[in-house]
Amino acid sequence: MADPLIEIRGLTKRYGPVLANDGIDLDLYGGEVHALLGENGAGKSTLSKLLYGFTRPDAGWIHCDGRPVAPRTPAEARALGIGMVFQNFMLIPALSVLENIALFLPDLPAVVRPRDLERRIREVGARFGLQVDPAAPVRQLSVGDRQKVEILKLLLARARVLIFDEPTKVLAPHEVTGLFEVFRALRAEGYAILFITHKLPEVMACADRITVLRQGRVAGGFDSGQADPAALVAMMFGEPLAERPAPEAGARIPGKPILELRGAAAPAAGSETALRDLDLAVAEGEIVGVAGVSGSGQKELGDLILGLRPLGAGSKRFQGEDASRWSIARMRAAGTAFVPEDPLAMAAVPGLSVRENLALGTGRRYHKGPGMDWPALESAMAGSFAAMDFPVPRLDPPIAALSGGNLQRVVLARELAHAPRLIIALYPTRGLDVRSARAVRDLLGRARAAGSGVLLISEDLDELAELSDRLLVLYAGRIAGEFARGAWQAEQVGHLMTGSEAARHA
Amino acid sequence: MPESLARAGRALLRHALVALAALAMFAVILLLAHKDPIRAYLDTFRFALGSADGLIELVVRMTPLLLTAVAVALPARLGLINVGGEGQLYMGAWLASAGAFLLPDLPARYLLPIVIVLGFLGGALWAAIPGLLRAARLVNETIATLLLNYVAPLIVSYYIFGPWRAKGSSAYPQSPLYPDAAALPPLFGTRIHAGLFIALLALLFYWVLLEKTRWGLEMRAIGGNSEAAQRLGIPVARWIVVALALGGGLAGLAGMGEAMGIHGRLRQGLSPGFGFTGFLISWLAGGRPVGILVMAFLFALLTSAGDTLQITQGLPFAVVNILLAVILFIVLARRPAAGGAR
Repeated sequence: MADPLIEIRGLTKRYGPVLANDGIDLDLYGGEVHALLGENGAGKSTLSKLLYGFTRPDAGWIHCDGRPVAPRTPAEARALGIGMVFQNFMLIPALSVLENIALFLPDLPAVVRPRDLERRIREVGARFGLQVDPAAPVRQLSVGDRQKVEILKLLLARARVLIFDEPTKVLAPHEVTGLFEVFRALRAEGYAILFITHKLPEVMACADRITVLRQGRVAGGFDSGQADPAALVAMMFGEPLAERPAPEAGARIPGKPILELRGAAAPAAGSETALRDLDLAVAEGEIVGVAGVSGSGQKELGDLILGLRPLGAGSKRFQGEDASRWSIARMRAAGTAFVPEDPLAMAAVPGLSVRENLALGTGRRYHKGPGMDWPALESAMAGSFAAMDFPVPRLDPPIAALSGGNLQRVVLARELAHAPRLIIALYPTRGLDVRSARAVRDLLGRARAAGSGVLLISEDLDELAELSDRLLVLYAGRIAGEFARGAWQAEQVGHLMTGSEAARHA
Repeated sequence: MPESLARAGRALLRHALVALAALAMFAVILLLAHKDPIRAYLDTFRFALGSADGLIELVVRMTPLLLTAVAVALPARLGLINVGGEGQLYMGAWLASAGAFLLPDLPARYLLPIVIVLGFLGGALWAAIPGLLRAARLVNETIATLLLNYVAPLIVSYYIFGPWRAKGSSAYPQSPLYPDAAALPPLFGTRIHAGLFIALLALLFYWVLLEKTRWGLEMRAIGGNSEAAQRLGIPVARWIVVALALGGGLAGLAGMGEAMGIHGRLRQGLSPGFGFTGFLISWLAGGRPVGILVMAFLFALLTSAGDTLQITQGLPFAVVNILLAVILFIVLARRPAAGGAR
């Protein structure tokens, strides 16, 4: 094999008492998709930050094309041909695709000739399967297309090493397939791809080589042919995961309805999806799954139930009472828990401490005169963490200092602390590593066993299949199909999700 | 605790450096006006800090500044920008005056509390207007509070040119003197009046409310992430109105203090821009109570420098505005480097 494009030896980075990267060795060759695998906090992000010049290593070195390099800023890294596609895209929504790309180019002439650039965008787009309309404003693009623009930016800026930080997290299943085709096209042209993820099937689907990180160190590596999921999991966690008991099958007797939507509708503003004619019920001890590609109205549905979005038509009942006009506070006080898709933006206040964040949204439970009964709150929350087998985090630091997985745990512990009657969970395992994701799924299963009703909104069909007693398919703000447990096939659901099959109720 | 002390120390040092840099730049302006800056500064400090009269004057000026600064700082914790302190101050003075004129025969132990409450209410109701408009998502509170600054003095003018005009005293439009029972009692036989206690209590109230109560927690949550706050069931719209009203009420107390404690009657020029200076103070202090205290002192010193310069150097009072602007520029210039000091 030729010399590696990037050679990393002994890279070490310490954050206070934590060794985030501990003597990492890694080679990255042109023409390979190199997967970097590890659970939350294994050091994947730190390594990519070191490569991309966000932070500097405490020890170790990086060679690029055989020359020692030490990028101090992302601009320096880009000058070396290293580019990064972030989870949160760095695009300006009001500008067009072409303008966004032009802004990024280092060699942009004073007078931009849009036609030249447009030609290059189309050319590169066609070569790698990254077709996007250069004139379209970015705000009109789907998440998948925005990601294409990010990749185009890097390619036109002559990056040869592309770092993808959990690129599939925001994508719908068919978009993931598209991304992997892009990977293959890039690989064929000699680009090096560092693919950061913790989803095993994706690694198996597209990686040439796999490096597994655990607790800041390289735990091992595989070539694509040798790896099997069990071995990878064992390497990620350092121990084989216990076999999961098979999900309980068999017909359940649904309890009394907790949530009922009848003919519910909500108008849309801007890029939102209008909800139309929704009939939906969640009963005690039942998990109702909602499948759909992103942007089908999932977020709007959650907000409608929570009470953030007023009903345009129809009715909402909660435990038999008309809740159509209830405030969010009342819905929550009545026993609604909300686990949002983006906890930092939707369920936490970054500047407040973990303790204060745990207190928010608990209604009147811990009021004590003009203040809060902090000891009572803390012991209740400690109990909630313990019930979920989560470690109790430190309570004083601002919640923004937590990693994504730990943040999600704090939100879950808070939301599930008071035996909620109804749990609205939007993509609750998105961004979690395999083990945390399983803990969350077990949690939802236990909530069901305890008599809660769960509305599980997800785009992970395996997750939905495992947990759902009934499955609804949401498409363009309507319910396109409804299935009982075990009565659906992935292909059929997939067609309904993409609108390629007319609604058919099973 | 030592950590917070160290933090306060650093903040103090930072403020002092800003002040020094501003004084240096202002010296250049004084030189351009053919004045001796060193002499001017010495005069100022000798008077303001070296004489009893000067010190008293400093405290007198600090009193309304503390209140108008908290009037900005409190809504700012919810992410609201209250530029309307000046108007709220005038409305507080106006409603307090109305109370004094309508109930002239009450003894002080009844009238004084009534007047204080009315002063608060005047500013609070005035600020509640932009609060309601913002809560209903109709008008941005920055615009509304700013524009209402131009309305409030006109209302005051109407009354002192019309219904409340003092008869026969002079051609100068002003109200008659308040009944004695409505006067804020002076302290130590000086121009310092009981409004100082009110101002210090307001500062304490601000800190306790925001940091120690569950209501403060909800307000800070709104300021930190209003979307999350809303989803967590916090009544965001209600708190927006309440916070602006509380802020306006404090500015109203500043107006009441100036009217009842200093002027003894309602006048047009009740405030030489205390509301705006309060905005600067709150902003420079990053909303921190100790910072507000320090900055209010500093700005009181600066404005009294204006008086001194007028007397000893023959410069117009307005040169102080140049100095204030210089300070603002310096702070603006170093803020990005500090990376969100708040």
